Amino acid sequence: MQDIQDSRRHTLSIIVADEPGELSRIVGLFSARGFNIETISVGESLDPRWSRVTIVTRGDERTIQQIVKQCERLARVREVQDVTTRPHIEREMALITVSATAGTERQEVLSLVSVFRAKVVDISHTQLIVEASGNKEKVDTFIELLRPIGVTDITRTGHIAINRLAARADANAA
Amino acid sequence: MIAQRQIDNPVSIAPAEMPTGAEMLIQALVHEGVDTIFGYPGGAVLHIYDELWRARDRITHYLVRHEQGAVHMAEGYARATGRVGVVLVTSGPGATNAVTGIANAYMDSTPIVVITGQVPKHLIGTDAFQEVDTVGITRPCVKHNYLVREATDLPAIVREAFHLARSGRPGPVVIDIPKDISAARSNYSRLDHVSFPFSAEPARVSSDSAHEALEQILNAKRPVLYIGGGIVNSGAVDSLLSFARSLRLPVTPTLMGLGGFPSSHPLCLGMLGMHGTYAANMAVAESDLLVALGVRFDDRVTGKLATFAPHARVIHVDIDPANIGKNVAPSLALTGDVKQVLDQFLSMLPEQSDERLEPWWEQIRGWQLAQPLRFSGSQDQIKPQTVIRELHRLTNGEALIATDVGQHQMWVAQFYPFTRSRQLITSGGLGTMGFGLPAAMGAQLALPDQLVVAVVGDGGFQMTNQELATAVQYDLPVKILVMNNGYLGMVRQWQEMFYDRTYSEVDISVAPDFVKLAEAYGAKGFRAEKPEELRDVMEAALRHKGVAVIDVVVAKEENVFPMVPAGADACQMITHA
Repeated sequence: MQDIQDSRRHTLSIIVADEPGELSRIVGLFSARGFNIETISVGESLDPRWSRVTIVTRGDERTIQQIVKQCERLARVREVQDVTTRPHIEREMALITVSATAGTERQEVLSLVSVFRAKVVDISHTQLIVEASGNKEKVDTFIELLRPIGVTDITRTGHIAINRLAARADANAA
Repeated sequence: MIAQRQIDNPVSIAPAEMPTGAEMLIQALVHEGVDTIFGYPGGAVLHIYDELWRARDRITHYLVRHEQGAVHMAEGYARATGRVGVVLVTSGPGATNAVTGIANAYMDSTPIVVITGQVPKHLIGTDAFQEVDTVGITRPCVKHNYLVREATDLPAIVREAFHLARSGRPGPVVIDIPKDISAARSNYSRLDHVSFPFSAEPARVSSDSAHEALEQILNAKRPVLYIGGGIVNSGAVDSLLSFARSLRLPVTPTLMGLGGFPSSHPLCLGMLGMHGTYAANMAVAESDLLVALGVRFDDRVTGKLATFAPHARVIHVDIDPANIGKNVAPSLALTGDVKQVLDQFLSMLPEQSDERLEPWWEQIRGWQLAQPLRFSGSQDQIKPQTVIRELHRLTNGEALIATDVGQHQMWVAQFYPFTRSRQLITSGGLGTMGFGLPAAMGAQLALPDQLVVAVVGDGGFQMTNQELATAVQYDLPVKILVMNNGYLGMVRQWQEMFYDRTYSEVDISVAPDFVKLAEAYGAKGFRAEKPEELRDVMEAALRHKGVAVIDVVVAKEENVFPMVPAGADACQMITHA
């Protein structure tokens, strides 16, 4: 059913009741119907009785429509939105451990940290942990630039997304 | 952590006058109008069975011999009546044995509520005796399921479960109740105050889109109505008949749609799909407008999707939004109740000439004459198609028929013209062997005066024939017509046609003597082996007052035709051997 050719990345925002087992219902639906999940992140929404699940998936228009409809069938899902169809902001956070001893290596890391507006959150004689956030492309690029210096561990949150405010469309631009 | 949970167990603290979870459950079921439960007891549901015994004047429990049978009986009951079927089984193996039935109900949109016992809350996750993650196992094949965490939640859960089971596209709902919950005494709010904020009524189809659809139908030169189980579920049979008649539209039902439109009606082309009629499949292949009503474009209907109805625009009406665009992208989608849509069509119908579709009908009649359903007769063997024709004759076409899956099912679909909805109860989507007998029993129980016949194969019958004991115990006088060919017939047919006659593991001729088996269970057994005795034997068996098994020894290597091979397009139909 998935047509790889027209396949595009979509970010779905799903509002689901904060009850045990509801997340696995959504995840199970994706695997049972052969949809893929690139990233998934879950957290409280404005109303703490409801969670927001943000899933980045890939597919052609019809596949994405199917995913949305199948998710909407779940009894405890209140709303499914394909954020990608409207102006929106996407962010992902990464914690990256880099091996860099004092001197030029560390200096290089610090200058990249500054260019990418990342943060050093931990440091030892031989390593640093840096925190970066931004859209997927920015985080990917940051990691790629750190790799030659020596990346030893990466943990990424997956995307979260929110719709842009209509009146000030570029107020929160990255 | 575990110790903490044990302390939380409220069993011993609440005052004795408060109701137990089991009492609340039974009251909630009575409140839903439940008077029939199919089930099988076990450790985790002892409290519930104790309470059920006290409520036996209000709820009749039917003790089955295997949990799969209980679910199929509930399905038969639900499909014969449109009411919600109810099942009660224990934890672990009780729940896993019920899964086949639950999956079957999910595929065929049958409203059932299955209550499963669970180990006490403090043992969940410890690999306790008869513990299984029932909500996890059933999650992909239910509309919704619950693990009850507080006894006070039970009334609300039961109410929502019944609502979900029967609303929208119907389906199964599972309620998993830990043993300590059914024992716990607690206060609960009255049922009238229970609200469920989660479920919304399906949207009404706008009159604009209904109008647009009708315009397309009125302008089509070669329209076909492709109807499915949604017609039956929404009670749209009369509306469909009026609509099709007023425009003289050709109608082709799916397996699940059989009975949704009278098969004997001149507008009916017979079933479409893999074993559909030549005329129905050709009409769809040549159609310029396919009006899909309460269907889901199953692969057994469409064959190869790319060449399905290649010249047709598609109007798709279905209550389940996810069915629309899943397999075939319609040019016009109407998400809503199919009866509402048909009634909207009827209210806007203009006067139209009867003759408009005459050229199309001429073409269709050509296909009907060229390739009617047929089979070659035999002097010394009973042909299975003859058996179904004979059954139709002897029952005046009025019996309620339940079937398993396979060749016998297709012969029933082809040679028993159904005239009313809910007259055929068959395992369509999941294709479950062993469905027929228990489903027939559930239907018989709901409709005591109806002649109910389970048409089964010798393979499927042996998967659930233990329910003969249940049928005898409760005097459910179903007739079981075993089409006995000593083979797993449909698999053998595929092996003959697509695997060079390599009959790999399909010979089941070592079987019990079905007449003796019937008698061992206290039912009556009949057997027909020769064509000349078929009629008398069947007549005697159908007249028998109690449970009757009719072992009909049929031609061993008969094939179901026409046949569109899996994944082929309709024009590659094989019409005969």
